[in-house]
Amino acid sequence: MLGKLTWAAIPFDQPIPLTVGAGVLVVLLAVIAWVVIAGHLPYLWREWITSVDHKRIGVMYCLLALVMLLRGGSDAIMMRAQQAIAFHSQGYLPPEHYNQIFSAHGTIMIFFVGMPFVIGLMNFVVPLQLGVRDVAFPTLNSVGFWLTATGALLVNISLVVGEFARTGWLPYPPLSELTYSPGVGVDYYLWSLEISGVGTLVAGINLVTTVLKLRTKGMTYLRMPVFCWTTLAANLLIIAAFPILTATLAMLILDRYLGFHFFTNEAGGNVMMFMNLIWAWGHPEVYILVLPAFGIYSEIVPAFSGKPLFGYRSMVMATMAICIISFCVWLHHFFTMGAGPNVNAIFGIASMIIAVPTGVKIYNWLFTMYGGRIRFATPMMWSVGFMVTFIIGGLTGVLVAVPPADFLLHNSMFLIAHFHNVIIGGVLFGAFAGYTYWFPKAFGFRLHEGWGKAGFWFTLTGFYLTFFPLYAAGFLGMTRRMQHYDVAEWRPWMIAAGVGMVLLSIGVLSQVVQLVVSIRDRNSVSLRDVTGDPWDGRSLEWSTASPPPVFNFAVLPDVEGEDAYWKIKSRAREQGLLRREPEYRDIEMPRNSPTGFVCAFFATIMGFALIWHIWWMVALGGVGAFATFVAFAWRDHDEYVIPAAEVARIDRANREARLAALRARSAA
Amino acid sequence: MTDATFVHGHGDPYHLHGGRPQEGPASKRIVTGYGFWIFLLSDIVMFSCFFAAYAVLQGQTAGGPKGSELFDLKSVAAETAFLLLSSFTCGLAMIAADVRSLRWYQIGMAVTCLFGLGFLALEGREFADLVGRGAGPTRSAFLSAFFTLVGCHGMHVSAGILWLLTMMAQVFAKGFRADIMRRLLCFALFWHALDIIWVAIFSVVYLFGSAA
Repeated sequence: MLGKLTWAAIPFDQPIPLTVGAGVLVVLLAVIAWVVIAGHLPYLWREWITSVDHKRIGVMYCLLALVMLLRGGSDAIMMRAQQAIAFHSQGYLPPEHYNQIFSAHGTIMIFFVGMPFVIGLMNFVVPLQLGVRDVAFPTLNSVGFWLTATGALLVNISLVVGEFARTGWLPYPPLSELTYSPGVGVDYYLWSLEISGVGTLVAGINLVTTVLKLRTKGMTYLRMPVFCWTTLAANLLIIAAFPILTATLAMLILDRYLGFHFFTNEAGGNVMMFMNLIWAWGHPEVYILVLPAFGIYSEIVPAFSGKPLFGYRSMVMATMAICIISFCVWLHHFFTMGAGPNVNAIFGIASMIIAVPTGVKIYNWLFTMYGGRIRFATPMMWSVGFMVTFIIGGLTGVLVAVPPADFLLHNSMFLIAHFHNVIIGGVLFGAFAGYTYWFPKAFGFRLHEGWGKAGFWFTLTGFYLTFFPLYAAGFLGMTRRMQHYDVAEWRPWMIAAGVGMVLLSIGVLSQVVQLVVSIRDRNSVSLRDVTGDPWDGRSLEWSTASPPPVFNFAVLPDVEGEDAYWKIKSRAREQGLLRREPEYRDIEMPRNSPTGFVCAFFATIMGFALIWHIWWMVALGGVGAFATFVAFAWRDHDEYVIPAAEVARIDRANREARLAALRARSAA
Repeated sequence: MTDATFVHGHGDPYHLHGGRPQEGPASKRIVTGYGFWIFLLSDIVMFSCFFAAYAVLQGQTAGGPKGSELFDLKSVAAETAFLLLSSFTCGLAMIAADVRSLRWYQIGMAVTCLFGLGFLALEGREFADLVGRGAGPTRSAFLSAFFTLVGCHGMHVSAGILWLLTMMAQVFAKGFRADIMRRLLCFALFWHALDIIWVAIFSVVYLFGSAA
C-alpha cells in the first residue's frame, strides 16, 4: 500500500534531524495557525499564492531563497563545527549523517538558494526595466515557481522521512547506483531536481521570450539595461543546459528503478559518461548563477557612482562571450579522468580564456566608479566587496584551470575554497546587493542601512576567515568531505575556518535583524520611499511608484536611448516639469490562477510517491496534474480589465509624488 | 552574436542601433509561438543527450545481441510512414482550423490520432518482441540506451496524442477561439518536431545500426 514507506523511515534514533525536523514542523504549524486565525489566508491565497504578477512571483522566489539559505547555512555551520572538532576523534556527526549534510548543503545552496534568488530578481526587475506589464507567460511563471518550491519541499521532507543522498551534491555513479546507495536518499535528490528542473526550464523560456519579444517602444537591444542582457544570456543557458540535467538524472533514475545500465559497472555502463553529461550542464550552471549577478552590479555601480555604465557595448559583448564559452569548458571539472594531454590542454586554455571577458567586466565597473560621485550605500558596499573578492576567486580559478596544477589540487580543500570564493563573492554578494537595491521598489520602504552594513562587514570578514584557511589546508593536502582526520597541520586552519563561520553567521543574522527592524520602522522618514526613486536610479523600474501598480506602467513608455529613465528625469529637472499627462486607456491584465499551486501540489504527491515506490499515488499525482491543466485550459476569461479612470487615479498619485520631489529639489 | 552584428554600417537588419524604433511588445500569437519554439529547442537538447548516450554505448552489448541482429527495418519503415502521414494530416487539420471548418478539423485530427496510435502500436510490438527475445533494456548498456532514446520519443508521441484529444475536445466545446488557435499552433509545432526527432532516430539508430 505504501511502497517502501514504513515507520522505520523516521529516524527516531538520530536526535539531530528529529529535533530540527520537529522544530521546523512546530514553527511551520504555528505560522499556518497564525495565518488562519488572523484571517490572512484569503489575502494570501488571492494576492500571493494564486498571483500571476511577475513582481509577486519574483518576491516569492526570493523569499524561498532566503528561507532555504537558513537551511543550507545551518548545514554549513554543522560541517565547519564537525571539522573543527573531529581531529583524532569522530566529532559529533556520524559519517552517514555528515555525508548527508554536505550533500544537502551543496544541493540546497545551488538549486534552492542561488537559482531562486537570481530567478526571483530577474522576474521582478526585467519586465519593469523593459517597460512592459508582465512576462511573456504569466501563469506558467507561477507554475515554474511552485514547482521549484516542490523541489525544495521534498529536500526538506527528506530530513525527517527517510534520508537524503550521501553522494555529494552531484551524485557520481557508481556510488549513486542502487548497489552502493540502496536507500531513498539519492531518489529524494533525483526527483526533487527533476521537478524543480522543469520549473527552472519554464522560467528560462519565459524570460528569454520576454526579453526578445516584449520590449516597450524604442527599447532596442542596445538600449536595454545590462541586467536585461545578462538575464537573456543566463536564460539562454538555462534552456540549453537544464535539459541536459533532466536527461542525465533520468538515466540515473532508469538505472536505479528499472535496472538499466547507463552508468553501472556491469553490462557495459559508462561511469565517465555521467561526469561528462552532468558537467555539460554543471559548468553553464555556474554562469547561469553569476551572469545575473554581474547584471546586478552593472545596475548598482552606475547608480551609486552617478555616471552611466562605462563600456556598455563591451559589457554586452563580454556577457554574450561568456554565454558561449561557458559551454566549452566543462571538462576542467575532471582533468584527472585521463582524457589525455591534448584534450586537457584545450579545455584548460578555454577555461583561462573565459577569464578575459570577465576581466573586461571588472575594468568596466572600475572605470564606471572612476571620477564618479560614489555613495557607499549597502548595495554599493556589496558591489565593491564583490569586485575584490571575486578577483581573488577568479585568479585561483585560473590556477586550477592549469591541468598539471589541477592534478594536485583536484578535490582538495583548495577547490572548495575556490568555488566558495566565486559563488559567495560573486553570486551571493550579488543577490544581497540586488535584494537591498530593489527591496524599496518591491515594498515601498528601504532596508535599514546600519544593519545592512553590519551584515556586509560580518559576511565579508567572515567569508575571508572561513575560506582562506581552506586554501592553505588544500595546499597541505587535505581533501574535501572528510568526516574526521588525524593530520595535526590541518587542525589550526579548520579551527580558524570554524571561527570564520561564526562571523558569517552573525552576518546572516544581521540581515535577518535588518529585515525585522526595517519592517517595524517602515513608515519612518528615513526608510519610507515616497517618490519611487530612492537611489536616483537610471532605468525604467525607477519611474514607477514603489511598490509599482499591478500593471507597472499606465502607458508603456517610449524609450529614446540608453539609461531610459535618466533621460526622462534629466529633462524633467531641466524644465522643472513632468511630461504631459498621457491619455489613459483601459488595461487588460491576466487573471490570477491557482494552476501553479495545484499543479505543484500534485507534483509533490507524485514526487514523494516515486521516491517511496507508491505506484497508485504516482498515478493519482499524474492524473491530478493533467486535470489541472485541462481545467486551466477550459476557463473562458483569462483576463480582466482595469478601467481607464482607475489607471488615471493610480498614475496621478505617482505623478504628484514625482512633481513634489522635483519641486523640493529645485527649491533646495 | 558575432562581431559583425555590432559594427556600424549600412545594413542594420536587427535594428540594433535604433535606426528605426522598436515597435513595442509583439502580439500574443507571436509571443506564444516564439516561446514554444524555444521549448522545442530545449526538448531537442534533451534528445541530443540521449543520442549522445546512445552513440557512446552503442558498442557496449555486453555479449548480447547487436542492433543488426535485432532491428526489423520493414516494421520501422511502416512506423516512419505512419508518423510522416500523421504530420501531413495534422497539417491538413491546421488548414481546416485556419478556415474555421470544424468538420474537416475534427476529421484531420482524428486521422492524425489514428496514425499516431498505429505508430505506437508498432513500436510497442517491437519493444515487446525484443523483451521476449531476452533483449530488454536491462540486458546491456547498448539496449538501455536504445530503449531510452526510442522510448522517450514514443512517450512524446503518447503525450502528443493526449494533447491532440484534449484539443479536439476543446475545439468541440469552445470553437476556434483566439487562445485555442494559439494552442493549436503549438500543438502542430510539437507534432512536426517529433518527426524531426524520428528522422534522426531512424537514421542514427536503425539505418546505421542495421548496417553495422
